[in-house]
Amino acid sequence: MRIGTLKETYIADAALFDSRTQKVWLALAAGVLLLFPFMATDYWLYLACLVSINVASACGLNILTGYTGLVSLGQAAFMGLGAYTVAILELRVGSPLVLNLLAGGFVAMLGGLVVGIPSLRVKGLYLAIATIAASFIAHFLFANSAFTGGTGGLTLPPAKFLGLVLDTSFRLYWVIVPVTVLMLLGAANLFRTRVGRAFIAIRDRDISAEVLGIALLRYKLLSFGLSSFYAGVAGGLWAYFFRVVTPESFPLSMSIFFLAAIIVGGMGSMLGAILGAVFMTMVPELLKLGVALLPHGAELTVFLSPVRTMVFGLLIIGFLVFEPHGLAEVWRRVRRFFHLWPFRN
Amino acid sequence: MDWAYLFEISLTGIASGGLYALAALAFVMVYKATKVVNIAIGEMLMIGAYLFFTCAVTFALPLWLALPASLLAAGALGALIERTMIRPLLGEPPISVFMVMVGLSSVLVGLVELIWTADQRRLPELVPNTPIMVGEAFLAPKVFYGALTASVLIAVVLLVFRFWRGGVALRATASDPAAAYSMGINVPRVFSLAWVASAMIAAVSGIIVGSIGGISSSMGVFGLSVLVVVIVGGLDSVLGALVGGLMIGLIEALAGAYLGGEYKLLVTFIVLVMVLMIRPYGLFGTHEIERL
Amino acid sequence: METPPLGGAVAVPPLLQVDALTLAFRGVRALSDVSFKVASGTITAVIGPNGAGKTSLFNTISGFYRPTSGRVHFKGQDITEVPTPLRAKLGLGRSFQNIALFRGMTVLDNIKLGRHAHLKTNVLDALFYMGRARREEAALRADIEERIIDFLEIDHIRHAPVSALPYGLQKRVEMARALAMQPEILMLDEPVAGMNREETEDMARFILDVRSEWGVTVLMVEHDMGMVMDLSDHVIVLNFGQLIAQGAPAVVQGDPEVIRAYLGSGDVGDLRQRLHAGIDKREAA
Repeated sequence: MRIGTLKETYIADAALFDSRTQKVWLALAAGVLLLFPFMATDYWLYLACLVSINVASACGLNILTGYTGLVSLGQAAFMGLGAYTVAILELRVGSPLVLNLLAGGFVAMLGGLVVGIPSLRVKGLYLAIATIAASFIAHFLFANSAFTGGTGGLTLPPAKFLGLVLDTSFRLYWVIVPVTVLMLLGAANLFRTRVGRAFIAIRDRDISAEVLGIALLRYKLLSFGLSSFYAGVAGGLWAYFFRVVTPESFPLSMSIFFLAAIIVGGMGSMLGAILGAVFMTMVPELLKLGVALLPHGAELTVFLSPVRTMVFGLLIIGFLVFEPHGLAEVWRRVRRFFHLWPFRN
Repeated sequence: MDWAYLFEISLTGIASGGLYALAALAFVMVYKATKVVNIAIGEMLMIGAYLFFTCAVTFALPLWLALPASLLAAGALGALIERTMIRPLLGEPPISVFMVMVGLSSVLVGLVELIWTADQRRLPELVPNTPIMVGEAFLAPKVFYGALTASVLIAVVLLVFRFWRGGVALRATASDPAAAYSMGINVPRVFSLAWVASAMIAAVSGIIVGSIGGISSSMGVFGLSVLVVVIVGGLDSVLGALVGGLMIGLIEALAGAYLGGEYKLLVTFIVLVMVLMIRPYGLFGTHEIERL
Repeated sequence: METPPLGGAVAVPPLLQVDALTLAFRGVRALSDVSFKVASGTITAVIGPNGAGKTSLFNTISGFYRPTSGRVHFKGQDITEVPTPLRAKLGLGRSFQNIALFRGMTVLDNIKLGRHAHLKTNVLDALFYMGRARREEAALRADIEERIIDFLEIDHIRHAPVSALPYGLQKRVEMARALAMQPEILMLDEPVAGMNREETEDMARFILDVRSEWGVTVLMVEHDMGMVMDLSDHVIVLNFGQLIAQGAPAVVQGDPEVIRAYLGSGDVGDLRQRLHAGIDKREAA
């Protein structure tokens, strides 16, 4: 807790950003986000959009796994549901962007309920296994149905928003980032209320939570539905960004990517979801850079994919064993150091 | 209704069910001893097969040397996993270890792809090629011998579990490590042993499965069917692993024959969903009553 | 062995009534044909040796265990089939034997969780945090601060993570959370277990105040005989799942069945003398 932050009303004490320093950081971050697109190259804009989509999805997974304690390996499958919904609506119906994104979220949420209802009545582990099954079934459906374009998938035209055609990373940035920020705010708000508290209670001690009045199945489904909704919207953004959606676009390894993101970032913390998603998105890019710099770089690029897979796994194991509270905790330690300096002994 | 065909398919199904049972046994062993849900069981199968490949093909060792060498290597890997990933997380909530296992599966797949690429490889011939005939029904020799080996191994493990005091120690440690400690049982050693044995059994499974269908970096998908088997049978039940294995083997074979190969996994997962709705703790699993 | 309830015979229905409750797990009978009533506004203690079924009794009343036979009535309503989460809303509050605080949250959040069943915010309100969610949270915070945190004297630790607190304070936070449930009956499972003399006296004071200031009926499992004798109006004794005695503390304490349950068989007269001698000595001190 920050020292020297006096509150005079309870409402002030419950605010999301309550101290002067936090507000300054927030203003800085907002400034960076606003100015960045004007100063960045296409490559960095592309990365920023990708990071933003990943942050949105990781935030959703964090609600389920970090805060409610239920492991899901279906994040990619639900993103796929959202992406396909958006693609189909854009191609066949031509509905507006915002509606499509919401529809993507809802379809993914429905998928989540279908998976969650049988598996959440028992131990949380069964949800994990059911989500793996869901990934396979989703892949099967995407690849074998003419409605979803079969194995070839679907190609979208650029999105249209407020009269503009979103065909550059610069333009897409101004849709993707605000949507992500809204999703982050929503999640942060959630944990100021009884809904969020109930999620944490289920994670920490679900039997006691029930005796205190929390209907377990209902809240677990709520958490799962919400995280699927987030995945669906992130998937929709993904579809608008990449404009090609195939059954191979959302493999199980992508779900593992998001799991790694929240573990590395720090489960159960908003900052953790952000840090983790940023970190994990950068890892493949850094690997690419690193390999290019090595002497026989060109021949080694074929190893990028398996090395990436291994690195994801090692990050999960490494962080869980050595730094279970993730980068967010590392950040907190750094902050504490600076708070106490020069009194550190 | 072509009964002969049905019989033939069922035979193959039961035989492959025996393989599932063996792999499920490896899973149940680790769950019974350390309460860990080893979602990387398919990948451990795969690594066992690749270790055998390395010994038998890359190092061109004679089979009587390659088999034990690869099993020992697999056992060593199991001990390494237990020491570096499981033991540090004792006392942490089970989902942490579960996620570590997810990470492990990723590491193993990446490792295999790195060293051997994603291409499929063939294992050397282990069994004679003469087809096995049961009446009019044809059974592929590899499947038959594989199932035979699996059955023998399962029987050995069951006997060991039952009569060796190590088996009792295993069960004691699983239900209450602290009490087991105070009884003089070397709990860390029991944990290690369970993982070593599990890895070796998984390796045998992997070698058999690899001999039948070749080895590749996507062999881990076999593990998903194994997961369904243990859920159907009960996570901590050896009997469940056997019965569940045979059931799933049969169902998959029938689905593959009558619906088409790509429906196999789909049907398996439908079975999973049905079991979760009707009997979530499986046929023989124990429903733990938690104390408040 | 039954004695008439205090206050004389009045036609007021008991707040909590347990009828012929039996709980059997695979051959183990945790509770056998237990029946008793708890009158509103009283403090009732449930005592008995370890393994007597006291916590099982609480868990059954909470709804966590379904009784093999028997009924539980609360406020005149049969709640035996009512699912556990709904019982909190009816006014059944409880604390746990092994502290069941949520370690990932602060003291304040833990207490706020107690009010969960009575709040109305749904997920859409929560995501947008305008209007209803904000008002409800502010009202909740004000209420908790003024009534609970003040009352239990835990204002200095309200933002502390519960895992960082010493045992005695954790127990107090647990009580605070149970109070936040706006209970009509508060079931306390060993509220002073592991506490020192001072902490025990503080807790005893809180329990008495809860009854007099808040009008909450208290049902507590307790081993500390001093607490039981000083605080309770009515005592229920369990042994091996059976109710072997109930009544006023003084009566129960002298009951030979009770003494035998606690101290084993032997010369009851001699034991009774020693027990009385011990109590007299304490009273003189």
